[in-house]
Amino acid sequence: MKPFDYVRAGSAQDAVRAGAEGRFLGGGTNLVDLMKLEIEKPDRLVDVSRLASDEIEDGVEGLRVGAGVSNSALAGHPLVRERYPLLSTALLSGATQQLRNKATVGGNFLQRTRCQYFYDVFRACNKRVPGSGCDALDGINRFHAILGASERCIAVHPSDMAVAMAALDATVETLKPDGSTRSIPARSLHRLPGDTPQFDHVLETGELITHVVLPASPPKRQFYRKVRDRSSYAFAVVSIAVAFDLEGGRIANVSIALGGVAHKPWRADRAESVLEGGSPSAELFAMAAEAELARAVGQGHNDFKIDLSKRLIVAALRDLSEGKREIAA
Amino acid sequence: MPSISLTVNGEPVSAEADVRTSLLDLLRETLGMTGTKKGCDHGQCGACTVIVNGTRINSCLSLAVGHEGDTVTTVEGLAEGNGLSPLQKAFVTQDAFQCGYCTPGQLCSATALLNEIARGEPSVVTDERVRLSEEEIRERMSGNLCRCGAYNNIVDAILSVAGEPA
Ligand SMILES: Cc1cc2nc3c(=O)[nH]c(=O)nc-3n(C[C@H](O)[C@H](O)[C@H](O)COP(=O)(O)OP(=O)(O)OC[C@H]3O[C@@H](n4cnc5c(N)ncnc54)[C@H](O)[C@@H]3O)c2cc1C
Ligand code: SF4
Ligand code: FES
Ligand code: FES
Repeated sequence: MKPFDYVRAGSAQDAVRAGAEGRFLGGGTNLVDLMKLEIEKPDRLVDVSRLASDEIEDGVEGLRVGAGVSNSALAGHPLVRERYPLLSTALLSGATQQLRNKATVGGNFLQRTRCQYFYDVFRACNKRVPGSGCDALDGINRFHAILGASERCIAVHPSDMAVAMAALDATVETLKPDGSTRSIPARSLHRLPGDTPQFDHVLETGELITHVVLPASPPKRQFYRKVRDRSSYAFAVVSIAVAFDLEGGRIANVSIALGGVAHKPWRADRAESVLEGGSPSAELFAMAAEAELARAVGQGHNDFKIDLSKRLIVAALRDLSEGKREIAA
Repeated sequence: MPSISLTVNGEPVSAEADVRTSLLDLLRETLGMTGTKKGCDHGQCGACTVIVNGTRINSCLSLAVGHEGDTVTTVEGLAEGNGLSPLQKAFVTQDAFQCGYCTPGQLCSATALLNEIARGEPSVVTDERVRLSEEEIRERMSGNLCRCGAYNNIVDAILSVAGEPA
């Protein structure tokens, strides 16, 4: 590991002042790991893990959660269990209790890909070393993207929480080094790789996530399901977050986000437009799934994810409309 | 080198350590407390599990400098006086280990698990009410790998302490 300066920030303002030339440290469960491998080499670490670390406030605009809140505290919060059950399930299906106790909301959003060539410093990876190539293209790409990839990078974003946040239309609040703030829809926080896969998200250098706000009245029917190679402690092969209401027998306020399929949590806009206003039926669900996956491209080992995603969409919609899944209070 | 003060197993300690030192290396190398084990050093095996301010974490992925003022419990702090804790006894009677390398992490994890259940904290397999079951234990202990495969007996040991049929 390369030596660095360590600063513990007393406030968000302190953090951005100190953070401009460095990196923010949340729980460190991703950053410290990558620093050990010298994939990340910050000169300075600004510890923000204790900032707003117990701040979960309910207000008119919704539930406002501090970026330093741990993944386990958020998952177990009574209001999250009651009103945003899909978020609780998503958080609890990620990593392990030890990691969730340490991992923060801000750090979970900005965790980096688990592409094995990104981790292997002897292999070509445009995300790690821009312009070096992408060994995943002709490599083992079972875990890689089927939507929105580029010829420069086919990695996926690994977070479960971020998929739930995208489906719930959460908003990320940030503070910039110049003192200005902005609100970014969680679904637009991450970006597609294009020609610059070294950038995972739209935040500027030194921009701090301070809070995430969950809307006050999310859809009542909610569901998160993670398909993985073993039943616990594994990253998603594909995951899905679905939320909607049934109003007079018709689907309303529907949102669907997929994980494990793209460089960012993938909002299934096309499926949503097929579904909105329709009455639940196997045909409608299949049409929605087909519409969304029409653009999907397999890379060889991950071709199966296309059918798997379709089947997940159909199954999630069916179970939810039959009321078999979590209903928010 | 930064100086770090924290409480380990009830004793206040201060130490100087390179800023890159993990909490695990601080415990093992600087403080000479080798009960906590290093398996992978990358957050994947759970051998390094310790309890910090009442919650369990992987000490290998945590920088020691970040723990200023924290209260840490390691496997050396689980015994009650000179006697083993009920969970430690259960690991012996249920034969919950072979080589023993993962055991300190298993014990810290399981100790914290019993407290999480008592506090009513959910896991992904929890429906409405949290209650100790084999399914809950397997899910909640999935961050502690055992190369010897002592899993069945580990589950039995935890169940037996909770007063459920083993
Ligand atoms: C073995 C293992 C298994 C895992 N399995 C899963 C899984 O199944 N599902 C899943 O979703 N995740 C999984 N994870 C990943 C885990 O969820 C992340 O490591 C964790 O959420 C990162 O949070 P952190 O606070 O520790 O982030 P850190 O490691 O501290 O930081 C991560 C990144 O975010 C930046 N950052 C942190 N806080 C802020 C902030 N407030 N503002 C701006 N930038 C910030 C840091 O600079 C860094 O770039 C796993 C991790 C491990 C080690
Ligand atoms: S898929 Fe992306 S992260 Fe993986 S090797 Fe290619 S460029 Fe790197
Ligand atoms: S040594 Fe920490 S998890 Fe393996
Ligand atoms: S007893 Fe040997 S690794 Fe668990």
